[in-house]
Amino acid sequence: MKRKNILLSLLVLLVSAALCACQGGKNTETDSSTATSSTDANTSSEGTPTTGGSVVFGMTQDLVSLDPHQITDAGTRSVVFNMYEGLVKPTTTGDLEPAVASDYTISDDATTYTFALRDGVTFHDGSTVTAEDVKYSIERYAEIQGESSAFSDLLDRVEIVDDSTVAVYLKEGNSEFLANLTLAIIPASNEDPAGNPIGTGPFKYVSYTPGQNLTLAKNENYWQDGVPYLDEVQFKFVADTDTAFTQLQAGTIDIMNYLTTAQVQTLSQLGDQFDIVEGNMNLVHAMFLNNDYEPLSDVRVRQALCYAIDRDAINSFLFDGKSHIIGSHMIPSLETWYEAGAESVYTYDVNKAKELLTEAGYGNGFDLVITVPSSYSQHVDTAQIIVEQLKAVGINATIEQVEWSTWLEDVYTNRNYQATVIGFDGTLAPSDWLQKYATDASNNIANYSNEEYDSILEQALAAVDTQEKADLYKQLQMNLAENAASVYIEDPADFVAMNAKFGGYSFYPTAAWDMSTVYVKGE
Amino acid sequence: MKYIIKKLITLIITLLFITLITFTAFSVIPGDAAAARLGTNATPEQVEALREEMGLNDPLPQRYVNWLRGAIRGDFGDSYQYDTSTVASLLADRLPVTAILAVLSLVIIVVVSIPLGILSARYAGKWLDTLINQLSQITMAVPAFFLGILLTYIFGLILAWFQPGAFVDPSVSFWGCVSYLIFPAIAVALPKIAMVVKFLRNSILSEMPKDYVRTAFSKGNREGRVLYVHILRNALIPVITFIAMVIAEIMAGSIIVEQVFGIPGMGQLLITSISARDYPVVQAIVTYITAIVVIVNFVVDILYRLVDPRVKA
Repeated sequence: MKRKNILLSLLVLLVSAALCACQGGKNTETDSSTATSSTDANTSSEGTPTTGGSVVFGMTQDLVSLDPHQITDAGTRSVVFNMYEGLVKPTTTGDLEPAVASDYTISDDATTYTFALRDGVTFHDGSTVTAEDVKYSIERYAEIQGESSAFSDLLDRVEIVDDSTVAVYLKEGNSEFLANLTLAIIPASNEDPAGNPIGTGPFKYVSYTPGQNLTLAKNENYWQDGVPYLDEVQFKFVADTDTAFTQLQAGTIDIMNYLTTAQVQTLSQLGDQFDIVEGNMNLVHAMFLNNDYEPLSDVRVRQALCYAIDRDAINSFLFDGKSHIIGSHMIPSLETWYEAGAESVYTYDVNKAKELLTEAGYGNGFDLVITVPSSYSQHVDTAQIIVEQLKAVGINATIEQVEWSTWLEDVYTNRNYQATVIGFDGTLAPSDWLQKYATDASNNIANYSNEEYDSILEQALAAVDTQEKADLYKQLQMNLAENAASVYIEDPADFVAMNAKFGGYSFYPTAAWDMSTVYVKGE
Repeated sequence: MKYIIKKLITLIITLLFITLITFTAFSVIPGDAAAARLGTNATPEQVEALREEMGLNDPLPQRYVNWLRGAIRGDFGDSYQYDTSTVASLLADRLPVTAILAVLSLVIIVVVSIPLGILSARYAGKWLDTLINQLSQITMAVPAFFLGILLTYIFGLILAWFQPGAFVDPSVSFWGCVSYLIFPAIAVALPKIAMVVKFLRNSILSEMPKDYVRTAFSKGNREGRVLYVHILRNALIPVITFIAMVIAEIMAGSIIVEQVFGIPGMGQLLITSISARDYPVVQAIVTYITAIVVIVNFVVDILYRLVDPRVKA
């Protein structure tokens, strides 16, 4: 009897192992020609747009808040993009276009921003947006950000010039400030912005059930003609990506993002039931290094790590080669500010890495612990590839998987770590990405400290002329790359699956899952 | 009456003890509810303001006493992870779902396993017994998540008997909810059925050679009557204890099955609350689970007396 038990358990083990192996086989088979069923660079567009219908967008996180000024994470911001708008709003190309404002002027020294409010923009409750609401929203945002925040540091005051004109005064000139004014305009009369969210966006709030979904309905009075197409949008929170993927196949979910290449492969085998749209996650995905930790405090050791890690291999293994390789802390979609030269500062070169290590006195390698939040398979997988690659130069790296909350406290807040694989997002303002390397920045996770960097950053922040500003920001990116502040890998590819019934999904270079342009395809 | 009071006191002491342990454990592990909610983009001031709002800056003993004071009055406070939800409203959403799933699973377990256990014992050593035995082995060996995925795949995607993820809240449609929960209930029930069958079979077989069975036969009773009237009554006692444990377990929420089938039950809430360091919710769920376990045990004690008059307090 006992023996039978053992035999049976063995059988079950074998079967599950075989099943797993099949799955694995699929992963590695992925080749670029079959991975996508229908794509063009940025938008999926087939069939004629029709009005009406509803869509379910599946996501694996819940919302942090519905109060637009309290929100900090990219996922929630991407969702509420559909409900709220600022004086200006981002476009798919990363520019800013007037939204609640119809026009704006910036003084030559970039200290005064004057906005003319758009005629007839109404909130979801039917009331008209007034200059008081705008003033209230900006001041409320500043207060929530806190006195020491970059925003409050710059903002001097908001003045109501007349009923339809608002002027924003800064303490010193800053030509990037406009990106901050994508902050949501909300009615001053609303006492509960989190529980009863009211904005001016293309969709209005219907209901929110924690752990389950957020339901939005079409804003019939939206100021922009023609959009939105859909009557209803539901953001559905699913516990994990596998469950979400099953629900996508079953038709419970219509749109799902951040697909793995294996999932893309599975869908493409189903025929034309799904469209895959490709974009980028707008993340700086990197192995961040604690520059205070010995031996990582030696620039040669950090450079050696950059040479020893094959970014292309990570890209092709995890993202089918569709990610954009980066060499510094900026995403390529922010074209005005991006320094492409940083990409090629290091190329995969094991010998060079060994040389640098020997020079630094670590010819025999050293031990390195890479701390990774366990709930993000993308980071864990990347870390695993890195561990393998580092073996070639004699570095004995190990992975320590920790819970997200633990990561936030130990690694992010206390910087008590050696190396970590993570992705950082940011706004359309370049300073938002690069300020975290200032010696005294509160979020300087790499403990980076470089005098030249600090002084260029100061100049960059103060510069008003876009060209001059861009040059300075590009110098900063090169500074990070040459000093190997961390090992920058890629802006990961974002594969979005859409049920073929729908069209019109677009990517933004910032946190936005825009449902206003999504439509049900007509005949 | 004295017995009930004694049990109540045990319940209160257990609750105090367990909530204190959870509380201490939560303050020892790294991670902070405010930081967990705001993530990496928050300014230090934002985190600090939220900590203050959550009361995380108060000294530890005071926080526990504050919690206890509220809990006694039935006020479990506000959730840390969800901006506008109270703990009570979260639990009120989740409890009916878990309760329906638990009742469904329990019905399936009892209806299937007791007849199978009896059959297996009655035909011990014959082919039917062997078959039941092998099936039990397999269902017991398959991990719950795999069983869940298998059921979703076969009945959800291939046969399309249900639509994975299309969960209906019981407040919207009670029967819609029940029908969605049938397959998850099967996933919860299968491994338990296997265990109950084995348990009951062995329990019956160990009663068989006893003297009272021989006496019953010698009085001229047929095999069936002896089995159902005499043996089963004795054999069921340990089985009831086991089923009680199962009830306590599924009332706590089937974490894995809920995850796989996308059911917003207690198990899922517990998981998200732990990773978000949502201490008030965790504390409330722990209180709930403890109460369930103690109460179920209490009910079992009473059931014993009904099944077996020899048991006295």
